[in-house]
Amino acid sequence: MSASLHVFPSPPLVAPVELVVSRRRHAWVWLGLALVLASLPWWVSTYWINAILIPTLVLSLAGLGLNLLTGYTGQTSVGAAGFMAVGAFATYGLLLRVPPLPLPLALLGGGVIAAGVGWLFGLPSGRIKGFYLMVTTLASQFFLEWLFVKFPWFYNNASSGTISAPRLQWGGWDLSGPGGRYGLTLACVALLTWAAANLVRSQTGRNWMAVRDMDTAAAVIGIPVERVKRQAFAVSSFYLGIAGALWAFAYLGTASASSFDINRSFQILFIIIIGGMGSLAGNFIGAAFISLLPIALSAAGQWLLGGAVDPGQIQNLQKILFGVLIIGFLIREPDGLARLLTLWRERLAVWPLRF
Amino acid sequence: MEFFIETLVGGLLAGTMYSLVAIGFVLIYKASGVFNFAQGAMLLFSALTFVTLHEKGLGFLPALLLTAAVMALGAVLIERWVLRPLVNRSQITLFMATLGLSFILEGLAQGLMGAEVRALDLGIEDTPLELGGVLLSRFDLVAAATAGVLVAVLALLFNRTRIGISLRAVADDTQAALSIGIHLHRIWQIVWAVAGWVGLVAGLLWGARQGVQFSLSLVVLKALPVLIIGGFTSIGGAIAGGLIVGASENLAEVYLGPSIGGGITPWFAYFLALAFLYIRPAGLFGERAIERV
Repeated sequence: MSASLHVFPSPPLVAPVELVVSRRRHAWVWLGLALVLASLPWWVSTYWINAILIPTLVLSLAGLGLNLLTGYTGQTSVGAAGFMAVGAFATYGLLLRVPPLPLPLALLGGGVIAAGVGWLFGLPSGRIKGFYLMVTTLASQFFLEWLFVKFPWFYNNASSGTISAPRLQWGGWDLSGPGGRYGLTLACVALLTWAAANLVRSQTGRNWMAVRDMDTAAAVIGIPVERVKRQAFAVSSFYLGIAGALWAFAYLGTASASSFDINRSFQILFIIIIGGMGSLAGNFIGAAFISLLPIALSAAGQWLLGGAVDPGQIQNLQKILFGVLIIGFLIREPDGLARLLTLWRERLAVWPLRF
Repeated sequence: MEFFIETLVGGLLAGTMYSLVAIGFVLIYKASGVFNFAQGAMLLFSALTFVTLHEKGLGFLPALLLTAAVMALGAVLIERWVLRPLVNRSQITLFMATLGLSFILEGLAQGLMGAEVRALDLGIEDTPLELGGVLLSRFDLVAAATAGVLVAVLALLFNRTRIGISLRAVADDTQAALSIGIHLHRIWQIVWAVAGWVGLVAGLLWGARQGVQFSLSLVVLKALPVLIIGGFTSIGGAIAGGLIVGASENLAEVYLGPSIGGGITPWFAYFLALAFLYIRPAGLFGERAIERV
């Protein structure tokens, strides 16, 4: 670590603490947003629900999970998709092998199992730090992927190696239609986001942020650093697990281990970089950005070039653009789109009398 | 017993291929503290450039030199457009920037030069060679020898030349190096160029082995456990780590694999690295960080 860049004095660390005062004022905004989101199935097409709304919501939830670990606790992980796989396969197993279990409990169970696995893979975080820890999260990614390919028990010996939800229903409701799957996803995401918002403002969240800002200092003031890190791993994996189950059952319908490969992990990491580290809203903005960008790009390609360019080239272009965006964000706005949005809002609030 | 030795030696030789990837990585980390995830993409880019130039009718040496020049130009651009604006940001930020960089390089390489698998013939026959009753791959021996030569050249560069000494100065204490008039940006450019050339050598060998294609970029995932075991800042460690990973991976796949389902190579190296980290949290040859509140 001797070669770190201590060339210029570093800027002061600023924790993203939201003021409690502003919460009341936003209540109406939240209510409005909730109404709009809940009523979406009645006025957008099925294509939008299936191909854009559901995956965006699920990816937001996954981003939220990773953000709790990376943005709030400072433990970079590149194994997020592995824990999503655990959630998906555990929920599948519970639905299959414990028939009377209602869907919400199966989802919860999947999340809890993912949390346990996350806690286990978070154990090294007590001793290992920084990049060394980040690389060990790859161990979980590759191990879990291998596990869900090699052992047919996890996918009930299906010859295709895939899992699909035995039944997507709760009580008398059939949730297998687009509206039902959207409703299920929205309910889970809303509930978990609300929980996360409270969590990061609580003692737990403050411990996480203290560990993120400097774990040695946090240990000095009496925060049990190792326990806090493992706790963050477990909570993060709980969120990722539920996101994984929703990804498999509410979005894809069927899933295999390859739905949760390392590229998915990177995708989720990009969501929190572009959206904003240590920001709850950032996950949603980042996920929307990442799911809409490819669509916008291929539409623009069609419109500009009239389909003259083959899809492979569009994909390469997309990759380059993603890379440029990531670097651009890191240089220009390290706190992501969420921060950019706040800046615009502040500017708008004093417009046009800036002085 | 003979089979055991064959597996072991085969693994050791394969390990030197990992080391080749890891060395380029260590160079950059040592000189600028950047965890360069784009090393794999650099490998792909350089190998693809070489193959394309070669296919266009250039001879082996001109193509090699031209590719080296392209990598050097790339290093200058990367330093100017990515590293310089990010000076003094956290190491995690820089790592994520190299993630973005790897996307750009992969997209550029495949966009400009095509995504299909290209054959690369270095003129080394991959015929088995019997040495003291053990069958060895001729190609692996050449790769190991190349790694050895590369380390020797880098050692000379670091210890005997002015550039190498300023490079070590930057690695030791950036501030002090700046104060005695070492041009930091120039040093970074040189380091990235050298890492690109190391990547070129590794890319050619890997490309000859498995064809020049996208999967070359994923070789970086193989190099990470090597780095963990060897430590991020030691070239000797990268070699040792490569040997350890290569040998144990081969042995584990043969002796341990069948009992737990096989195909364990993707993660076995990482678990090995994890075990090493439990004993030495900064790797075998890594430096322990001293923290102050």
